[in-house]
Amino acid sequence: MKRSRLRFWLFLAPALISFIIVVVIPVIIGFYYSTTNWDGVNMNPKLIGFDNFTRMFTNDPDFLRAFLFTSGIAVVTVVLVNAIGLALAMFVMQKFKGANLLRSVIFMPNLIGGLLLGFTWNFIFTNIFSSIGTALNWEFLDGWLSNSETGFIGIIVLNVWQMSGYMMIIYIAQLQNIPDSIKEAAKIDGANWFQTLRGVTLPLVMPAFSIGLFLSISNSFKMFDQNLALTKGGPYHSTEMLALNIYNSAFTSHEFGYAQAKAIVFLVLVASVGLAQLIFTKKREVEM
Amino acid sequence: MLAFINSHSSLNSNKKSFFKRFILPIIALVLGIAFMFPIYILILSSLKTKQGLMTNLLGFPDSQTFSPNNYPDAFDKLKYFQSFFNSLYISVFSVALILLISTMAAWVLVRYKNKASKFIFGVFALSMLVPFQCVMLPLMMVAKSMNLLNPAGLIFMYMGFGVSMTVLMIHGFIKNIPEELEEAAVMDGCNVFQLFFLVVVPLLRVILITAAVLNLMWIWNDFLLPSIVINKAGWQTLPLMTYSFFGTYSTRWDLASAALVMCMAPIVVFYLFSQKYIVSGMTDGAIK
Repeated sequence: MKRSRLRFWLFLAPALISFIIVVVIPVIIGFYYSTTNWDGVNMNPKLIGFDNFTRMFTNDPDFLRAFLFTSGIAVVTVVLVNAIGLALAMFVMQKFKGANLLRSVIFMPNLIGGLLLGFTWNFIFTNIFSSIGTALNWEFLDGWLSNSETGFIGIIVLNVWQMSGYMMIIYIAQLQNIPDSIKEAAKIDGANWFQTLRGVTLPLVMPAFSIGLFLSISNSFKMFDQNLALTKGGPYHSTEMLALNIYNSAFTSHEFGYAQAKAIVFLVLVASVGLAQLIFTKKREVEM
Repeated sequence: MLAFINSHSSLNSNKKSFFKRFILPIIALVLGIAFMFPIYILILSSLKTKQGLMTNLLGFPDSQTFSPNNYPDAFDKLKYFQSFFNSLYISVFSVALILLISTMAAWVLVRYKNKASKFIFGVFALSMLVPFQCVMLPLMMVAKSMNLLNPAGLIFMYMGFGVSMTVLMIHGFIKNIPEELEEAAVMDGCNVFQLFFLVVVPLLRVILITAAVLNLMWIWNDFLLPSIVINKAGWQTLPLMTYSFFGTYSTRWDLASAALVMCMAPIVVFYLFSQKYIVSGMTDGAIK
């Protein structure tokens, strides 16, 4: 078929132009600004070399704390969300009345925006918890989200509530690919439930497991809205995650150049998680 | 718990049906209630007066604590009508344009096998790893200097951010469509635009619906990008209004809970009508 170059570029143009203006150019000038003392107003900031980068690793306890806090959230979320997601998937795949309804209900929180989720749980942790605590005289229900420990648990609970349903449907998609005959064969061979789970179900569900793993890590790392609405990073930046820390550097301290340098480090972190996933899943595809 | 269920399912059919008919639905009910609890408590609270929230937080509203004014009040304060239609207008236009330009781009990227198409596809794929925080600050500057602000600018930015994921999805789909069909249409005298709109696009219906749903979900819920691009009064989207509402009425949980319920309602209604596409879209999107 005759193909003209003109047609190629004509059809690409709208996507390419908007993509270049919105993503490519900002990424490039972002690298430049990360080496300046840009304040967001002055259009001719001074070049300061790698000062921003050395500062964040040597002289910024809040940034390091945000990094550790975010990593902690990511690790706990990954474990809980995937374990619960897989258990829920296996549960709703039992054929009983109401299984489909339950599946829909569990998946729903995933679609609600992060701000709405954050504010909702803020209400529950601060108001509902304290009033249950007062009624039952349980002191541990008082003062939630007022320190970093309860803030941490709060974010974890929100994540589990939001993401388990998503992990569940990913595992369901994978579990549906396992032919019944394999399970029946295991049963005929006398395998009990646990042996079937370990020897048949888990190995066959591995591809979905790697997806669930990386998806929940990168979602936890990139989390912003939920953090902003639930704890706002407080008290005293102790529940601030990386994305919010970058945001505050820019819009609270007006250090745009410094915030941009942090954003570059953030890019490296998030991109390595993503690349690791790509390599991992590609390797798996070859093996399968 | 699951071990218990499954090891018994192989026993005689009476016991099996007992489990399927009674025990499983009971566990399901408990799970369903646990997942719906935050929404339930929110709806309950939205019907009470401020005083009622203090004296009777967990119970049903009675004649003393019932407040019929929360919804009308929150409706006014969120400028709900206006912000809902701003959100709707921005999301619908963005999604439509993203689909159009991404389909055009994906089509030529598949059908032209040259170095440029490979390179551009690679850049789209890589850009998916870039977190928003990394482009946010430079983008603000680009937006100011090119006057890409308010709805039109915002829609343009969604196009730039949306194309990479959407091109990737549609690209994978077009690859599996045999080219002979297009060749036959050209033989019959179709010009390029007839070929694209009358032959190619109709074949992509399934993937276009999925891509539309996925883009709609994140654009509708997005907070950060509109918060830096929308600066004209009267153009605030629902997430923006929710955020500023909580800035002002953070202690008025009677109004705030009604506001949260109203902001969640459109998402829940949309979910009820397009659950099939949302679930399959989010599974396919994750697995590919």
